[in-house]
Amino acid sequence: MTADRLRRLLTGFYLAVFFGYLFLPLIVMGAATFNSSRFPTVTPWMGFTLSWFSALWADQRMWAALGTSLIVGAGVIALAVPLGLAAALLLDRLHSRARTVLYALMVSPLLTPGVIVGISTLVFWREWFGVTGGVFLTVVAQSSYIAAYAMLLFSARLQRFDPALEEAALDLGATHGQVFRRITLPYLTPAILSAALLAFLQSFENYNTTLFVRGLDTTLTVYIASKVRTGLTPAVNALSLVLIALTVLGAVAYEILRRREARRTAGSEA
Amino acid sequence: MTEVLRRYGPVLTGVILLAVALWLALLVVLPQVMMVDFSFRPSLPPSRLGGPEDVYTVRNYATLWTNQIHLAIFLKTIWASALVTATTLAVCYPVAFYLAQVASKRRLPLLILMLVVPFWINELLRTFAWYIILAFNGPLNVLLVALGIFDEPQRLLGGDAGVIVGMVYVYILFMVFPLYNAIESLDRNQIEAARDLGAGWIRIHWRVVLPHAKPGIAVGCIMTFMLAAGSYAVPALLGGPQSRWFTEVIYNWFFEGGNWNQGAAYAFILLVLCIGFILAALRLFRVGLADIAK
Repeated sequence: MTADRLRRLLTGFYLAVFFGYLFLPLIVMGAATFNSSRFPTVTPWMGFTLSWFSALWADQRMWAALGTSLIVGAGVIALAVPLGLAAALLLDRLHSRARTVLYALMVSPLLTPGVIVGISTLVFWREWFGVTGGVFLTVVAQSSYIAAYAMLLFSARLQRFDPALEEAALDLGATHGQVFRRITLPYLTPAILSAALLAFLQSFENYNTTLFVRGLDTTLTVYIASKVRTGLTPAVNALSLVLIALTVLGAVAYEILRRREARRTAGSEA
Repeated sequence: MTEVLRRYGPVLTGVILLAVALWLALLVVLPQVMMVDFSFRPSLPPSRLGGPEDVYTVRNYATLWTNQIHLAIFLKTIWASALVTATTLAVCYPVAFYLAQVASKRRLPLLILMLVVPFWINELLRTFAWYIILAFNGPLNVLLVALGIFDEPQRLLGGDAGVIVGMVYVYILFMVFPLYNAIESLDRNQIEAARDLGAGWIRIHWRVVLPHAKPGIAVGCIMTFMLAAGSYAVPALLGGPQSRWFTEVIYNWFFEGGNWNQGAAYAFILLVLCIGFILAALRLFRVGLADIAK
């Protein structure tokens, strides 16, 4: 019994250390925003300030980089989500060896280091089409692997789809276009929304791939990295804090929606 | 194929096939092929392209052997990435086991959420957090001096140690979720049975839990190693000129050395390293690609 208690105590201690390890660095980074030291730190504490938020607000280059990131993110949603959807629809109806090969090809970008995705895109588009780095190539390079994430999301949802619904509609004389618009697409709507959200977040945070294909354009993540290396002030912490707060809100909302959706599906099946 | 056509009709099938073909050809396969082709060609000014010197050569690959600095950085990248992978596995295993087998149903959703949230946060920002921690006047130095471990603050940024510590932090969540998923599917009764039959804790983990978790361990190790070996953000922020990573060497070939062919060769070497690691991991844990796809 005592051995059991000791083990439980150790487990609790380990978990506390682990979650402390996960969150403490982020908390320290956030706290440094409010320190009126010129270099972002919490030691020594020089007094509370909010001035780094106004410094961030006045940073024109930050706003330009944010604009670039939003454009790239929108482009990735427009390209990667339809590609992922098409891939999932195709895979769903294949059962042969071709399916295995296609699937392996489709997920291979996820197992490829991001820098290599960027490099191969950069070389290929210059050699074949004379296109150099910029927003367009960034969208293309990011989509090549983000489409795979979208495909996985759509495939998971399609696995629970009842094909009899489509069969019935076809038997009743609906055209293929009608079946797709009225049955398949509405069923996939939640997955389309999550795929778009995931695609945007993946695009927004991407650094390794973007670095090679960005040309002279600067996304927000690239801008933060360059600020850390040259010209670091707590304004970077302020920006990080804002982004983390938005991400956390988004992640929590997404999780709650996902769980409610899962409970609803479980309820309707029971 | 006939089933695809029957289900979606000719128009939709055409659109689907075209989209998939465009994705796989223009965005995935051809760029890789082009990169490999490019890596076997010499770097020539445009006027001499297609001339007598424009022939296939392995010179770009030989560079890695002859350049001692690059070779050392390459080997360092391998062992450091392996170290990062092993450390994350050791740190995550107890957490994953606790969440999957021990945690109560009431507590679990909150704990999972606490893992998911940092996972969503930008990799670069998580790296930046360690930049603040490891800074010369940062909290870690203050703590270590206060505890009497250091007599005075040490340089923690700009070396291999800082890069490795940062990578463990940034990539740890890519290990914990595959492990959790694998251990979660283990029937709790198997552990009970082993315990009733007199097995100790170490034996239960070694003979029951670990064998069951193999596919998860393989996925976690593959992801972590690939991300670590291919990382640019972490060494760029936490490292320095003395702790260059192989990806930084590649970047310099492209944007400072101006020799894309050479850079493509190094990139392909990195890709081969990652593929080699995937195959080795599959072999070591005796799992197939199909198990991983789950």
